[in-house]
Amino acid sequence: MTSLTVLAGPASPADLAAARMQMALSLGWHIVLACLGVGMPALLLFAEWRAVRTGDEDFHRLARRWAKAVGVLFAVGAVSGTILSFEMGLLWPGLMGVYGQVVGLPFALEGIAFFIEAIFLGIWLYAWGRLSPRAHLLSGVPILVAGVASAFFIVSANAWMNQPRGFDLESGRITHVSPWAAMFNPATPPQTLHMILAAFMVSGFGTAGVYAVALLRGHRDRYHRLGFVVPFTMAAVLTPVQIVVGDYAARFLSEYQPAKLAAFEGVYRTGPYAPLSLGGVFVDDRMRYAVEIPSALSLLVGYRPSAVVQGLDRTPPADRPPVTPVHWAFETMVGIGFLLLLLSAWLAWSWWRRRDLPRTPWFLRLAAIAGVLAVVAVEAGWTATEVGRQPWVVYGRMRTLQAVNPVPGLWAGFVVVSLVYVVLTVATVYVLRHMTRGRQVAPQEPVVT
Amino acid sequence: MDAAQALLAAMWLGLTLYALLGGADFGGGVWDLLAGRSRAGMPQRRLIEHSIGPVWEANHVWLIFVLVVLWTGFPLAFASVMSTLYIPLTLAALGIIARGAAFAFRKTSTELWQQRLFGGAFALSSVFTPFFLGTVAGGIASGRVPPGLAAGDLVRSWVNPTSLLGGVLAVGVCAYLAATYLCDDAVRARSPDMAEGFRRRALATAVLVGAVALGGIAVLRWDAPLLFRGLTGRALPLIVASAVLGLVSIALLWWRRYLLVRGTAVLAVAAVMWGWPVAQYPAMLPPSLTYLDAAAQPVVLTTTLAVAAVGALLVLPSIAWLFLLQRRMPYEPERPA
Repeated sequence: MTSLTVLAGPASPADLAAARMQMALSLGWHIVLACLGVGMPALLLFAEWRAVRTGDEDFHRLARRWAKAVGVLFAVGAVSGTILSFEMGLLWPGLMGVYGQVVGLPFALEGIAFFIEAIFLGIWLYAWGRLSPRAHLLSGVPILVAGVASAFFIVSANAWMNQPRGFDLESGRITHVSPWAAMFNPATPPQTLHMILAAFMVSGFGTAGVYAVALLRGHRDRYHRLGFVVPFTMAAVLTPVQIVVGDYAARFLSEYQPAKLAAFEGVYRTGPYAPLSLGGVFVDDRMRYAVEIPSALSLLVGYRPSAVVQGLDRTPPADRPPVTPVHWAFETMVGIGFLLLLLSAWLAWSWWRRRDLPRTPWFLRLAAIAGVLAVVAVEAGWTATEVGRQPWVVYGRMRTLQAVNPVPGLWAGFVVVSLVYVVLTVATVYVLRHMTRGRQVAPQEPVVT
Repeated sequence: MDAAQALLAAMWLGLTLYALLGGADFGGGVWDLLAGRSRAGMPQRRLIEHSIGPVWEANHVWLIFVLVVLWTGFPLAFASVMSTLYIPLTLAALGIIARGAAFAFRKTSTELWQQRLFGGAFALSSVFTPFFLGTVAGGIASGRVPPGLAAGDLVRSWVNPTSLLGGVLAVGVCAYLAATYLCDDAVRARSPDMAEGFRRRALATAVLVGAVALGGIAVLRWDAPLLFRGLTGRALPLIVASAVLGLVSIALLWWRRYLLVRGTAVLAVAAVMWGWPVAQYPAMLPPSLTYLDAAAQPVVLTTTLAVAAVGALLVLPSIAWLFLLQRRMPYEPERPA
């Protein structure tokens, strides 16, 4: 194979920044849809299952309503995901030209999973009433399985960027590729678990949030209560699990990618009794204005105050990620995680005591923003892990600068793509809002002129 | 046959299916654009929506399959094509977003102005997207994408006679396929008037596409001599077969044998699509980069082939079921409330 890196010309810093922002925008946008694509089928199938089993009309209505939303979300998710596979080459041909063959396997598997998802969603959405209720319910199962599988495959490809395995580099050429070793790299278990749980949390809290607003507006019938309780419960049950998995993922970093964890926590000096810094700004190799909990980080990472935590001082300055944004993104994610945990515990307590939602409207008010918070947490988590990997696109192997398309004018492309995403966002939100509102009125013939 | 050849063939099969299935969905959008004013065009737009609604997402995945196989199996070719043809591919990607999203939005919106807005976006992007993808094909086929990161000319690689021909042909073929499929769909929807309308359009497009293809031969001779030599040499049987099948399709359309014309139209397009790689084989990025130069390591090729085979076992029966359900789906001239 001809070596690509020698052919790559330098991109200007502005173009590199534009490429990174375009990728962040497209990924950050798609990830919300992807989360819903993974988690919503579970809610749908649960509602349909209850409806089929008990003939419950409210569950039936919920399933139909959610199905309509999923139809739109999946279409937008499918196309926004396609753009990403274009952008892998349009923006990062240096990465794909060299490492495409190493990391291609999970993408190929994801392609198959996505195929299954698209096919069965088509069947499920359009064959309602044309298959027996049982057959229809079963035709939805592949959507759920394929959705979770997709998330696993895609995140394992990202995990590979953090822990590149399954190849040798001999004088600039890739040799001894092992696609399976690349896919099942050490970062795959923590990252995939963390993301799949996050997807279900976003779907649960997000859907519940819509019904929390309806409940606050006085629609307190069984239909709206179910629409709140079912998704909220799914997310609430997973929240404590997610916090344990998050701890596992951070612990994983302390062993495998200590520079990233050091940036997460804003630790410069390697040593024992490392404090946990809340907030703060990283200037001149130290955290300023942070609230410090003495020795807490050492305790978290090594279970004893004298545990040594590796700081950024062990990483050459040119290989360090930018600390302040990564630290803040990480703390935002963790903070929201604990807020959601408290909210979940509140519901659990109230349900245990009174078999009902908490009486105060403050619970619903918080629940209404929990969906947005869950999305913010996902975005913050991705910011932390992606920016925390910088300046590498493939950790320790290839810098992001070497991966970027050397064509001039990536800035212009970024501006155009941003405008399209602004329009797309406005249209999606409008259509989804209109959809829920439109159903508040009695069903009527659409005005066709 | 070596593993690289096999994977190349699998990828090309995927691209052929994308053209035949996904292409027709774009073609549906072209006819949506030309369906006339809101009231007059409503029945046609509804039939188009009925035909592509359940399947376009699945049809669209073939493109992702092709991209993934290309970057996994032939990473150097992928990186070269994507970096040099950055502009038309970015525009095609935006077209894909606009088409899919607008189609889904239109289906759920109930007010006329929304349907017009989203319908317009859907229809226009259905024309632009295949056009830009066609210019990409033309750029590669005429040898304007050398191996290497952005090694080709950022503009002339896709603004050239062969690319223009590729773009126009792509839009024409999409429209032609859609019109022939819609004839059959209209008959099954018990709407003979609409079937007649799409028959006229299919005939007109067939003649137009045929004329462009004939004229294109002259363009290729002058602008892409290497491709021209291949098409008139090794690939000649395929090109002749495509021309014959095209004529047969016109005859079948004339006699209103719509189900048969589906078959011949598909074969005619497939023949021309396979003519291209046969003409330039073994070059992947003509004139010099062969598929073996671009190929990944053997273990990657065999793994990808195995995954594709297992995938086919899962995906093909599922697609067959989806298409079967779609064919049996009753057509509702009025939208259900």
